[in-house]
Amino acid sequence: MGSTSSMLTQYDIEAVQEHCNHLFSQQEIVSLYRRFCQLDRNSKGFISADEFLSVPEFSMNPLSQRLIKMVDGLNFKDFVAFLSAFSAKASVPERVKLIFKVYDSDGNGKVTFNDILEVLQDLTGSFISDEQREEVLCQVLKEAGYTRDSTLLLADFIKILGKPGLKMEVEVPVD
Amino acid sequence: MSKLNKSSSELDLDRPNIEDYLPSGSIQEPHGKLRLRDLLDISPTLTEAAGAIVDDLSILVVGSYRIVESRSESDPIRSNLQALFCIDLTILDPILRSDPINTSNDPTHSLHFLSMYHLRDDNREETDSFTRCFKSIPPEPWNWNVYLFPLWCLGVVVRYLILFPMRVLVLTIGWIVFLAAYFPVHVLLKGHDKLRKKLERCLVELICSFFVASWTGVVKYHGPRPSMRPKQVFVCNHTSMIDFIILEQMTAFAVIMQKHPGWVGLLQSTILESVGCIWFNRSEAKDRETVARKLRDHVQGADNNPLLIFPEGTCVNNHYTVMFKKGAFELGCTVCPIAIKYNKIFVDAFWNSRKQSFTMHLLQLMTSWAVVCDVWYLEPQSLKPGETAIEFAERVRDIISVRAGLKKVPWDGYLKYSRPSPKHRESKVAPGPFLKDDPIEGHLVVFKGLFLTIVEH
Repeated sequence: MGSTSSMLTQYDIEAVQEHCNHLFSQQEIVSLYRRFCQLDRNSKGFISADEFLSVPEFSMNPLSQRLIKMVDGLNFKDFVAFLSAFSAKASVPERVKLIFKVYDSDGNGKVTFNDILEVLQDLTGSFISDEQREEVLCQVLKEAGYTRDSTLLLADFIKILGKPGLKMEVEVPVD
Repeated sequence: MSKLNKSSSELDLDRPNIEDYLPSGSIQEPHGKLRLRDLLDISPTLTEAAGAIVDDLSILVVGSYRIVESRSESDPIRSNLQALFCIDLTILDPILRSDPINTSNDPTHSLHFLSMYHLRDDNREETDSFTRCFKSIPPEPWNWNVYLFPLWCLGVVVRYLILFPMRVLVLTIGWIVFLAAYFPVHVLLKGHDKLRKKLERCLVELICSFFVASWTGVVKYHGPRPSMRPKQVFVCNHTSMIDFIILEQMTAFAVIMQKHPGWVGLLQSTILESVGCIWFNRSEAKDRETVARKLRDHVQGADNNPLLIFPEGTCVNNHYTVMFKKGAFELGCTVCPIAIKYNKIFVDAFWNSRKQSFTMHLLQLMTSWAVVCDVWYLEPQSLKPGETAIEFAERVRDIISVRAGLKKVPWDGYLKYSRPSPKHRESKVAPGPFLKDDPIEGHLVVFKGLFLTIVEH
């Protein structure tokens, strides 16, 4: 009967809002909390990988295995922080930062040729062979002024992707 | 390739096609060249994943998917984009086999990312927006309280033991009056066609008023009443068959409806035939042509009853509007939108035809306090220059959705009736556990996100 959402106090909401740089409104946080509780089936206070994968659209996403590593065991605050990159108010660098994190699987702040290749592999599956993928990537990198051995930093990503037109918005249902 | 083209043209017209799903302008011009930016940009996939986490509904923004068509005319993908969007997964196989990458030695020739085909499992706990359109949403119970519960019990007694018998009586009287007048008019006035038509119209309006009275229908009509003139067609959002009764009470519309079994079917073929209603059978493809022809003839006639079409093609629960079929918008007529919004304070007027017979639905309405609804006759719209029928349909859907406060979703209502073919069970693209043998809700195999990038190098 909607009692779950009332468990958030005004203080909690403000704290969460602080944590996500005010990218979500208070109402959005309340509905995200409802969704969080729905996903957190055992009410442990965090969402496990299995629980994320129970959403069919998520589990079928080609990047789900990668994303799972990033979102496994998130508590509500971090859950909101993760999603804040998809808020309509998020800036382009904030969005690119998330994309960068997806590529940077070891978290050392650098994206190598192999990192990009792995993501491409996830996206294209078996439609393209490994050699073809490598060749395409090599050529495209070369045209953009990089080489096979260059590592890309967040700044590079912002330079490449940080143009208007990056569509990455998810509407939080507010009722 | 020629074989494929043929098969796509033979596809049932009801199947969704790409234009229906994509808002205009979303098919982008090809970049011409694959750039690093295109390779690195994984935002659509991420957005989709985040959408799935936040809400099952938000990933429906089909327009956010990038579809970049190949410039090459010989590319089979282009001509088969439409085929790709059909529900039949098996159609994908030949396309994947004729993959230009495999046939070409140059790997950079073209590259496409085929992301995934979402399969739905209706047995899941989580609801998706598509099934949400066809589910009655139960109201919050108000009778949980110790003080209110006895009151509610009293209400039940009044509704079932006093109101219901009274309403049955009203309806019976209505039928007796109607039948006593209808058959003499129908048989005796054979020579006076004009008079007969007029009387029959009045009688149909009368019986519909009796029906509305039998559920204590509190209907508020806004806007000017429909007029009888040629070359106009009325379109309305569809929640239940009672929409038809409510509208018919005011003006005798000729309506296009599915052929129903049982007593409703009998009424259709005897009485409603006289106001010029047209029936079709959803499963028969032949009917489609006949109906289209009848439609065109009907709108040309000057003294025919105004034509009413429910372009959604199916009952939706009055919270959403599903995609409009474009047929009504291709007739070259003025389209007069009608919006109906039910107030669910006493009863949910949504008729879930798969769970409930119409008789049960009527009983449900007759045992409730009242059916409250608003009907808006909106300003007639006509095709703007340069506008396609689909854009026109979308525009009218906007108008209706805004007026009635409904949420638009990009689904084709007919998918409710489609079931995947048994071949899907063996299909490698479709993992097994999604398909079970439940005939009722029909396991929808829907391409939710097809993210296809073909970049000519």
